[in-house]
Amino acid sequence: MAVRNAPSLSSSPVAEKLPLIWDVHCHLTSVPGATPEDRMKEIVKYLDRMGIGRVMLSLGYPLEYNPSPEQLREENDQVLRAIKYRPDRACGFVYLNPNYLKASLDEFDRCVRDGPMVGVKLLAAKRCSAPELDPIVERAATMKAAILQHTWLKVNGNEPGESTPYDVVELAGRHPKVPIICGHTGGDWELGIRIIRASKNVFAELAGSNPTSGFVEMAVRELGAERIIYGSDAFGRSYASQLGKVMGAEIPEPARRLILGENLRNMLTPILRAKGYRGP
Amino acid sequence: MIDVNVTLSRWPFRRLLGDDTAGLVAGLRKRSVTQAWAGSFDGILHKDISSVNSRLADECRRHGQDMLVPFGSINPKLPDWQEDLRQCHEEYKMPGIRLYPDYHGYELKDPVFVKLLHLTATRQLVVQLASSMEDERTQHPLMRVPPVDISLLADLLKSEPGARLVILNADVRHALEQSPALASAGNVYFDFSMVEGVGGVAHLAQKISIQRLLFGSNYPLFYFESALLKVRESGFEDGDRRALLEENARRLIRT
Repeated sequence: MAVRNAPSLSSSPVAEKLPLIWDVHCHLTSVPGATPEDRMKEIVKYLDRMGIGRVMLSLGYPLEYNPSPEQLREENDQVLRAIKYRPDRACGFVYLNPNYLKASLDEFDRCVRDGPMVGVKLLAAKRCSAPELDPIVERAATMKAAILQHTWLKVNGNEPGESTPYDVVELAGRHPKVPIICGHTGGDWELGIRIIRASKNVFAELAGSNPTSGFVEMAVRELGAERIIYGSDAFGRSYASQLGKVMGAEIPEPARRLILGENLRNMLTPILRAKGYRGP
Repeated sequence: MIDVNVTLSRWPFRRLLGDDTAGLVAGLRKRSVTQAWAGSFDGILHKDISSVNSRLADECRRHGQDMLVPFGSINPKLPDWQEDLRQCHEEYKMPGIRLYPDYHGYELKDPVFVKLLHLTATRQLVVQLASSMEDERTQHPLMRVPPVDISLLADLLKSEPGARLVILNADVRHALEQSPALASAGNVYFDFSMVEGVGGVAHLAQKISIQRLLFGSNYPLFYFESALLKVRESGFEDGDRRALLEENARRLIRT
């Protein structure tokens, strides 16, 4: 579906002054505001303040970790309203639940194939190494939609359906031509980076953990800057603490630019162009 | 700019950029920090705290005399810890101390903490209390340390009104939910190195007054830019920003 009045891919009030910053990991869930439009307005206020050009928005409210098909639809509808309100500042990632595979594939078609969304968000309903994920990955690949899978490696134990980077590696191994973004890089990034290191189609994502020094430097050293994507996990996390990881890292400037936005834009360019966005 | 939360020496679990004092000072100067209140990572696990504090004082003097302000570590579970406190105050002329109750194995209701608080108030020392050092979920499996329950402080401070506390590395929003009285209890200040949520520092300032917030980066364990960008994200007016970045800390250490 072509996006009406589609803006340039590089559009941002600060695009001329700052590097391109695209945030792959932002949720409507805990943003203040009565409606999705109100919440989007609040998001843009902070994007302007922080110099972030565009966010990839997913998950609505109330957030469900194992949503029914109806709840999925409701949360995705909220995201659709938000991105319709500011298509110049937000793209949508459709929230899917592998426990309801048929409904999830239908929801993908509604929101991505026939709608404006450009990626898939998978949370913690089922570990992503499960075979039910295969049809979702294949369907996303047909549209070149991005896939963002939540992962953590908690020393006190993950939730039952919560994936680890090991699960992402297993899934990515079955789909070696499909890029998969390893959300949070497992949180315990020193382990997460090592786990995904050999899986060249897996991208490290920086969101949602403390701004611990060394994360970005290790990721650049072990994976290369081309496999790292900035994300915040806002509004639960702040844009500030997560941007601070990249802004404070001792890495070459070209690497910083790749991480802040260029890698994500490159990944999304085919689907954005297919939907009528202009730009590089 | 005054940073009330930097730490010297080696973090036990990882090498950090800036874990040599000269490098840390250079990093702080590059970021326009004019004064930094410095503890020592060695104070978390070492038993010979006297030598930890001696080295801290020496490092601050040699590498950052005009910038680094040493805050010695006190472990009140060690024998004769009162002598460590005396040395910090009388020999090294430190304006305050830093505590790690979670790593040193006591809760704030422990009588030894009450005694320590009283002695620091008597000596007019600032007490920095590190609520945590890292995310509990990502700690080393053999070194799991839950954060300090700071909700008890509100009651404790009623009986020790002269005490001046700076809480470092706390999830302040959660602490205030547990103990709303903390917002108005005694002389308690908070850094925001671990305050999260978009605009989190501004939201906190609405609850506990900006006068009680101090700029603390937790550098070099954390990226310095995290704390700095939080100030920008919260969109403070110039006066509030000055209070946050410098004036509140300067007033506290002069008191």
